[in-house]
Amino acid sequence: MCGIAGIVPSDLARVPARARLEKMIGVLRHRGPDGFGFHTAPGIGLAHARLSIIDLATGGQPIRNETGSVWVVFNGEIFNYVELRQRLEAAGHRFYTQSDTEVLVHAYEQFGLDFVDHLNGQFAIALWDAEARRLVLARDRVGIRPLLYARTGEGLAFASEAKSLFAGDWLRAEIDPVGLAEVCTFWGCVAPRTPFAGVTALPPGHIAVFENGSLQLRCYWDWQFAEQGETTIRSLDETVEELRELFIESVRLQLRADVPVGAYLSGGLDSSAVTAAIRQFSSTPLKTFSLTFAKDEFDERAYQQEVARHLDTDHVTLPVAADDIGEALPRAIWHIEAPIVRTAGVPLMLLADRVRQTGFKVVLTGEGADEVFAGYDIFKEGKIRRFWARQPGSTWRPQLLRRLYGYLANSPVSRGALASGFFGQSLGQPDDPYFAHRPRWAMTNRVLRLMRPEFRGRIDAEHPINVLADLAPRPDARWAPLCRDQYVEAHTLLTGYLLHAQGDRVAMAASVEGRYPFLDHRLIEFANRLPPQWKIRSLEEKYILRRAVGDWLPSGIARRTKQPYRAPDAESFFRNGKPLEYVADALSPARVRDAGYFDPSLVGRLAEKCRAGAAIGFGDNVAFMTVLTTQLLHQQFVAPV
Amino acid sequence: MSDIKTQIRSFIDKNFMVPASLGLKDSDSLLDHQIVDSTGFLELIHFVESDFGISVDETEMVLENFESIDSIARFVTEKRSATSVAGA
Repeated sequence: MCGIAGIVPSDLARVPARARLEKMIGVLRHRGPDGFGFHTAPGIGLAHARLSIIDLATGGQPIRNETGSVWVVFNGEIFNYVELRQRLEAAGHRFYTQSDTEVLVHAYEQFGLDFVDHLNGQFAIALWDAEARRLVLARDRVGIRPLLYARTGEGLAFASEAKSLFAGDWLRAEIDPVGLAEVCTFWGCVAPRTPFAGVTALPPGHIAVFENGSLQLRCYWDWQFAEQGETTIRSLDETVEELRELFIESVRLQLRADVPVGAYLSGGLDSSAVTAAIRQFSSTPLKTFSLTFAKDEFDERAYQQEVARHLDTDHVTLPVAADDIGEALPRAIWHIEAPIVRTAGVPLMLLADRVRQTGFKVVLTGEGADEVFAGYDIFKEGKIRRFWARQPGSTWRPQLLRRLYGYLANSPVSRGALASGFFGQSLGQPDDPYFAHRPRWAMTNRVLRLMRPEFRGRIDAEHPINVLADLAPRPDARWAPLCRDQYVEAHTLLTGYLLHAQGDRVAMAASVEGRYPFLDHRLIEFANRLPPQWKIRSLEEKYILRRAVGDWLPSGIARRTKQPYRAPDAESFFRNGKPLEYVADALSPARVRDAGYFDPSLVGRLAEKCRAGAAIGFGDNVAFMTVLTTQLLHQQFVAPV
Repeated sequence: MSDIKTQIRSFIDKNFMVPASLGLKDSDSLLDHQIVDSTGFLELIHFVESDFGISVDETEMVLENFESIDSIARFVTEKRSATSVAGA
């Protein structure tokens, strides 16, 4: 994995200053500690920070084509680079490295702007065509790797992280009210928006072409599903076998590296399946890495150990205490560059540190399976609520909600009639494209109430949830309801939060590259053609995935109900009944007033509730995390303390 | 009743961080105004039990009794009356 940055000046005759590029790439050293590379010429400056994984000896970037008319820097991996290289060499292209990067310049020469269609990987690409005087930016299909840009009178600047744009003096950091509102609703921003005004994210599955002073975006890939009732599928057994083959192929490709590759093991079905699939290809000891917690509510060590024993892995565990999370949060926010609604990314950053200390740079993980195969409870919840909506007066239909959320200590469904009232909201609109998501968005969204009216007024004067729902990508009404829900989840939680705050940013903080076999686009496209009942069968989630991989795993793991990975939240920031020093400072009335986002008195009440241990629910924990991390973001970027 | 309402309002304002600018009325639905979520109802139940000395049955945990300040106050008043009558 790596960091990239670059400049296209407004005056294409100018050569961008090397010193400015050095400042931009210098702050991305954590993404690429193995060396820097630069290319400058009239109209272009490219910079690269390398994390050496493939072709350690000659794969340094930027990389050019045969004549030097095309240059590229990229962050990510092109997993099918071997096959692509063979095709390109057969077509007459000459390579000078063994890297995956080099296929990009030759693929662009061969296929033009359609080159992205031929890539299987995770990537943020910046390619300069000197003859056409054109910059091409491209991001992978699901948004695994970040790619940000800013346009000013000076030109266009791009980078892997916003701190690079600030370091290069392209613009000053300022929080975008609508971006913050999106975090407070969807858990993350929906590209192209970011938490920072003037900083734009290239959406997943898009390329951007900057030419003649004009920037044009094009979508080259999106999650697509069959129309309801029109899935063309063979028998279940044949489909299971096809899934198995696709998954194994994805893992095989994603093991390509010139450095050792490990695996994260949460103890759940998905990461266990990845670990088992790796085992099929390797007889050398496989290192697996897991987090453990003191509280049973969060801990999965028994399952992790069972899988590690079954697959005979060299297993490493990192116990994480609430204290560790409290201490590490500021560093995490520096890397995440966004407010976060849960702490879950923080232990993952600490685990990445352990991975690095153990001498590994790459891990495969199970992320993505829940989006692709409908593993989350939100999908089951949507199914139950739609079932309930067909008979709104039913008293037993909503009791099905009790089957969900059993793992939560203060489960919101523990009080049936009241929870029914809560989940029954908008029960009358099952055709609403956001039917499944509105309860979660409404719960998260409550934190907007803590905002100062003057700041809140910059978002919307009306009820915010409906306005903000319109900002979410709209699924096709012809798809089955489950598929619509998956589409919304992929475009909101997956890209904007999971792959960002629990993925790229926290792994890169430790210079570790995460890889996601479940997010191979061929596997996604295959899964998107499945009948919904093969994804959720009655209330059994990821049914077809369990059929495909169950034989590889201990039976208890194969049958295990989804327990989402979570970590202690608000409790991590108080010790002996007092807030940590930096927390007390960040949430002090003076600091909150100076930052200008939230009402100091309301924040004070929330902080006191958390300090007293009375914040038992999801809503309060989310509100506390959002306020605290917004304050930290402000202190680190907008008005450094 | 008005003392009970005042106490309830005070708890709701403090515990659920309700801004004065919201202008929450006693009759407003706490659910529709997103003041409480499903866990918040648990907190309300705990509050009425501990501050008003009543016990809330499973069957009484319904929206009719907890949806607004008015309905909570009515429920608490009725429960306390019933308890007084029973003890008489």
